[in-house]
Amino acid sequence: MLENFDFQVVIDAIPFLWEGLKLTFLLTFLAIAGGLILGVLLALARLSHIKPLSFLAASYVNFFRSMPLILVIFWFYFLVPYIVGRPVGGFYSVLVAFTLFEAAYYCEIMRAGIQSVRKGQAQAGQALGLTYKQNMQYVVLPQAFRNMTPILLTQAVILFQDTSLVYVVGLHDFLVNAEIIASRDNRLIELFSTVAVVYFVLCLSFSLSIRTLQRKFSV
Amino acid sequence: MIEMKNVSKWYGDFHVLNNCSTVVEKGEVVVVCGPSGSGKSTLIKCVNGLEPFQEGTVTFDGISVGESKTNLTKLRSRIGMVFQNFELFPHISVIKNIRLAQEKVLGRSEEEAKKRGMELLERVGLAEQALKYPGQLSGGQQQRVAIARGLAMDPDAMLFDEPTSALDPEMINEVLDVMVELAQEGMTMMVVTHEMGFAKKVANRVIFMDEGRIEEDCSKDAFFGDTRGERAQLFLSKILNH
Repeated sequence: MLENFDFQVVIDAIPFLWEGLKLTFLLTFLAIAGGLILGVLLALARLSHIKPLSFLAASYVNFFRSMPLILVIFWFYFLVPYIVGRPVGGFYSVLVAFTLFEAAYYCEIMRAGIQSVRKGQAQAGQALGLTYKQNMQYVVLPQAFRNMTPILLTQAVILFQDTSLVYVVGLHDFLVNAEIIASRDNRLIELFSTVAVVYFVLCLSFSLSIRTLQRKFSV
Repeated sequence: MIEMKNVSKWYGDFHVLNNCSTVVEKGEVVVVCGPSGSGKSTLIKCVNGLEPFQEGTVTFDGISVGESKTNLTKLRSRIGMVFQNFELFPHISVIKNIRLAQEKVLGRSEEEAKKRGMELLERVGLAEQALKYPGQLSGGQQQRVAIARGLAMDPDAMLFDEPTSALDPEMINEVLDVMVELAQEGMTMMVVTHEMGFAKKVANRVIFMDEGRIEEDCSKDAFFGDTRGERAQLFLSKILNH
């Protein structure tokens, strides 16, 4: 069955595919970092006693969670240069789109995480004279992160897969580079199979390590 | 040192504190008791502003707790508090639990904070547990660490919110011993507890609460004598008879 499968095509394509994979990794990493920071701030805003602030944060989350990601990517591709006043290139507009989109999901995860920390913990911090910021930084958020680590990582796997959507704005990520070679050499089966295997192995091994982590934390 | 005047608090329609007034002088040990839901914990949490109240005034060393211009975090650092469920921070070691606020609030150096922390751990008999995590200690040990954490701030007063209620019976005494010692050294203390043995031993005064009111506020001798009111009689007979 595999006698027509040309492994040489795949081997020759490795450097080019690696270039694409690097972009995929970079985008995933930056979007996680940005989304996480913004997500934590949004979660704090959502839990704030200042009504307008929590309303704004809730609206933000509901807005982005009601939008298809692909639309957000498209939209920011046209919107960001419009706001900045000059072309910024696909990468930055996509990064902004992913960060803002992921932040909505990270916000909800971190909100649950903060709420999972017993109220008495924050009270103990307050009673010691810690300010709100110190209390969050040293007492509440570290515990919230720890409780939410498995879900945060699962979300990271989803984001890693979602970055393949950047093909719509012509960025050369892993999948797009594979497709370029597939079309050029007319070797669709070989290239797309390779892409599938790589995604599968990366995501599965990441998920497995999450499960190991989970077991460790649940003790 | 602590003065409460006509303090009232509502949760919706529920009157948690009803016109409560009392004074705790410097060096005094005051035990607050009463049936559950009577507002004892809420009362002492008003002292360091953990519970806001709607009416009345609370002052600590002349500083009004309820006023918005008061620097509450600074005030709180002068009042130690020990909770029913210990509330040690589970993600950091025992010594770091004690160091954290010393460094972040009082601005002590790591070395100073560690030295003070070890002194206090020594004092509560847990110096060798300094590097362990709270989850590795027994309840009694955790509560002694919590007391050390409060004392590390060199507070002017200590509040105890049912410090022994979550403990197994055999661990209650190790915590009470530390508290008795503290009382005998002249620490100003407000203690919510059902441990009447502790009250008899070191309290200067006993406050008895019921349904959000301070029903009795008298000297220890008066409280354990026969001058107390009917409700306090009933309460005492319930908790002393088993």
